[in-house]
Amino acid sequence: MLDFLSVLDFFKDNLPDPLDRLAYPIAGMTLAMIVINAVVMSTALYTWFERRVLGRFQSRRGPNRWGPFGLLQPMADVVKLLAKEDIIPDTADKPAFTIAPILLLVPMFLVFAVIPFGADSFLGRLNVGVLFILGVTGVSTLAIFMAGWASRNKYAMFGAIRAVAMLISYEVPMALAVTGVVVLAGSMSLLGIVGAQSVPYFLVQPLGFFVFMTAAAAEMSRAPFDMIEAESELGGGYITEYAGMKFGILQLAEFMAPLATAAVATVLFLGGTSGFDPIPGQLWFLAKAFALVFLMLWVRATWPRLRVDQIMGFAWKALLPLALLNMFVVAIELVVLQDSDTGAITRGDLWAMAAVNWVIAVVAIVITANVLGQRRLRPETPVPSPLANMAAEAD
Amino acid sequence: MAIDTKPITINVGPQHPSTHGVFRLRVTFDGETVVDVEPVFGYLHRGTEKLAEERSYVQIVTLTDRLDYTSSMTNNQAYVRAVEKLAGLEVPERGMYLRVIGAELQRIASHLVSTGFFLQELGTFVTLLMYCFRDRERILDLFEMLCGARVTVSYMRPGGVFQDAPEDFWPALDVFLNEMPGYIDDLEGLISDNEIVLARTRDVGVLSPEFAIDCSVTGPNLRGSSVHWDLRKADPYEVYDRVDFEVPIGSRGDCFDRYMVRIQEMRQSLRILEQCRDQIPEGPVRTEVPYFIRPPAGDAYAAVEAPRGELGFYLVSERGIAPYRCKIRSPSYMNLTVLRDVLVGWRMADLVIIFGSIDVNMGEVDR
Amino acid sequence: MTTQIGAARLAAHVHSALSEAIVEHDERDVWVRPESMDGVARLLKDDPKLDFAFLVSITAVDYVEYFEIVYHLLSMRRNQRAVVKTRCYDREEPTVPSVVDVWQGADLQEREIWDLMGVRFDGHPNMKRILLWEDFPGHPLRKDFLR
Repeated sequence: MLDFLSVLDFFKDNLPDPLDRLAYPIAGMTLAMIVINAVVMSTALYTWFERRVLGRFQSRRGPNRWGPFGLLQPMADVVKLLAKEDIIPDTADKPAFTIAPILLLVPMFLVFAVIPFGADSFLGRLNVGVLFILGVTGVSTLAIFMAGWASRNKYAMFGAIRAVAMLISYEVPMALAVTGVVVLAGSMSLLGIVGAQSVPYFLVQPLGFFVFMTAAAAEMSRAPFDMIEAESELGGGYITEYAGMKFGILQLAEFMAPLATAAVATVLFLGGTSGFDPIPGQLWFLAKAFALVFLMLWVRATWPRLRVDQIMGFAWKALLPLALLNMFVVAIELVVLQDSDTGAITRGDLWAMAAVNWVIAVVAIVITANVLGQRRLRPETPVPSPLANMAAEAD
Repeated sequence: MAIDTKPITINVGPQHPSTHGVFRLRVTFDGETVVDVEPVFGYLHRGTEKLAEERSYVQIVTLTDRLDYTSSMTNNQAYVRAVEKLAGLEVPERGMYLRVIGAELQRIASHLVSTGFFLQELGTFVTLLMYCFRDRERILDLFEMLCGARVTVSYMRPGGVFQDAPEDFWPALDVFLNEMPGYIDDLEGLISDNEIVLARTRDVGVLSPEFAIDCSVTGPNLRGSSVHWDLRKADPYEVYDRVDFEVPIGSRGDCFDRYMVRIQEMRQSLRILEQCRDQIPEGPVRTEVPYFIRPPAGDAYAAVEAPRGELGFYLVSERGIAPYRCKIRSPSYMNLTVLRDVLVGWRMADLVIIFGSIDVNMGEVDR
Repeated sequence: MTTQIGAARLAAHVHSALSEAIVEHDERDVWVRPESMDGVARLLKDDPKLDFAFLVSITAVDYVEYFEIVYHLLSMRRNQRAVVKTRCYDREEPTVPSVVDVWQGADLQEREIWDLMGVRFDGHPNMKRILLWEDFPGHPLRKDFLR
């Protein structure tokens, strides 16, 4: 597989002698170019896909002018954005203003670099993959705040503050959901997690999967948590002052996020590249990631958005307890079912855990929905007010 | 230690994806909460009332189309009824039935527009808006068959309607009446049980019945506050006393109730349409009136139940070919009286929701 | 079926409470003195036998010698309508008492009449132009407004 060490060896072997000191940086840049191109091309394809599928949901066609089936639409968008004037407000903090979009984009590439697409990931076998991902995606929160701050615009700042509050709130349940996976797999290495999934973890830990997908949707500010986007209409979002290619980079980061999330979720919960033999593992990976991407798109097309206080309430009052519950349940089950000598758990054990966990998940979600939800506000039969009487026959 | 904060004033509009037309709202926020609201409108003021003083009674029909441009049939209906009251004209049976068919189809179309935009503001990313507009297309096709125009119909004239429905209108109406209940069920099913919609609209923007009556609010806004008042039942005009239908009301006066009232009114309109289609007699569709009507001197006020409320026309005649004064009592304009009181105290995100549920049309507000 | 309250009866009723207010009446309309308009409005709303709690619309018509302000009222409880008119003979600065304290729905309507017709309403908290911009010269709906 194409990972850093093998590329490094390739360059070390094939470069003439004085240059082979440079093998390290050359290998790094080659790999970076491959990763970045692959990811950006996939994102471009994904933008086309999203717009077509949303169109299909809304009983209209999506882009269909540029290229067959509108496939060149992303190219058209890029050309448009490149041709626009790159405006930086006079009073803006120029370095921060310029770096913020890049800071939002780079963590996504880093996430893709550690996902195992086969035997290895691009960056080789990182044995703290999970920690790396959680750490690196935290930087995007900082980038959003930088964007809002550097704009020196009251409303952009306002929007950025609220965005950061929301993103920070959802980091906690997401990390806890991931902890459940780590505890069960016994390793923080993404490759190790893939290997440990003789039964995919979304079956074994449905609650963890649900919490992770919901928290990740909020981290990406996709519907139903896209109040940041909605507020660009009203209070000014953090992207207010961005134009031209900087805006393009922000949009790229926004469209890359679902792909990154789907990839991470596939590794953590769906078993990564494992699958039935005649079809190669990479194709299985793509199929699973595609299914998750489609699911997120489906939710985006269908549901309205929540209000700020409801989003925050949901994170702290619903997702956090569910994530904690998941972690405790998994830990207890592990202690009970673990083979006392080797610390290993068999496939049968995993299925047993799955059965118990599904029951707990359904019960927990139903209880949370009834406690926090709006079932108590169902419509009642209206009583006509005495202030009007259409049948009156006055004299 | 309390933090010293200052309220900020933000301008919402006039061009804005969420306001229904060109409408400016100067909102003062204290943190997240709305403290004060000052509506500024008049961007669409075309001087319809002044123009009406220079045009003959038949020509004004085209002016009335453009008032509430999403419900032009009912605008026409209100105006021609005022002229008929002033001039003492009778309308033949078939004309009345055709008017009611047009008005009820228009009611469904207008409620689809307002529901679609309301849902879009909730954040469903135009999906439900597209569904509502797809159904509205069917109605606009029916209008095109009736009178050749889709939006600004000018279908009615003093004395009746200007032409009879063509032969292929009735089968098309049948197809529409068969399919539409299913679509309304889809729409309702997608939304009315949805947790997120309930959370966003339940108990938001509550309008109490006493306040609504004091502020001259009519239409679904009034009925959402459980006041059982509809001009089609209180003072039946045309053939509304010969058809059987109910007037839905809400229970709490919040955004959700107003939305449900509109959905149920769509269903009741379908009921009325079915009965009209079955009851409509043969005959002329318009009484003979001279092209330049000169009503006797005097004044008259006539009102209809437009999709947004009570739409009334007050006409003063001095025996000329044009009215001396034409005053338009537009429901959206009156409904805006409550705006300040119903918005203050809510959050920024609720602003667009509440304003959308009041369903204002700027063509009518500004005239 | 909405009934129109007989003007004679309405006039008699108002006269018994406010004897100076009524000027004349015919079959449907009652004319009231402009100064007593707010008193009449309060009576029409509060009296349980009249109960006109809903203000349908306020209109102003420019008959060149006078401005006529027309109030259309509705009682939802009794399903009855009434028409009350008042004439203001002052051409330069026509003023009529505001009925905003009686029916809050008069708020925007009185502003519109000031904007387009130039009739001022005394006691209105926010007598500013509403449909036209602040510096607009003149009042367009008047008969002597020529472009």
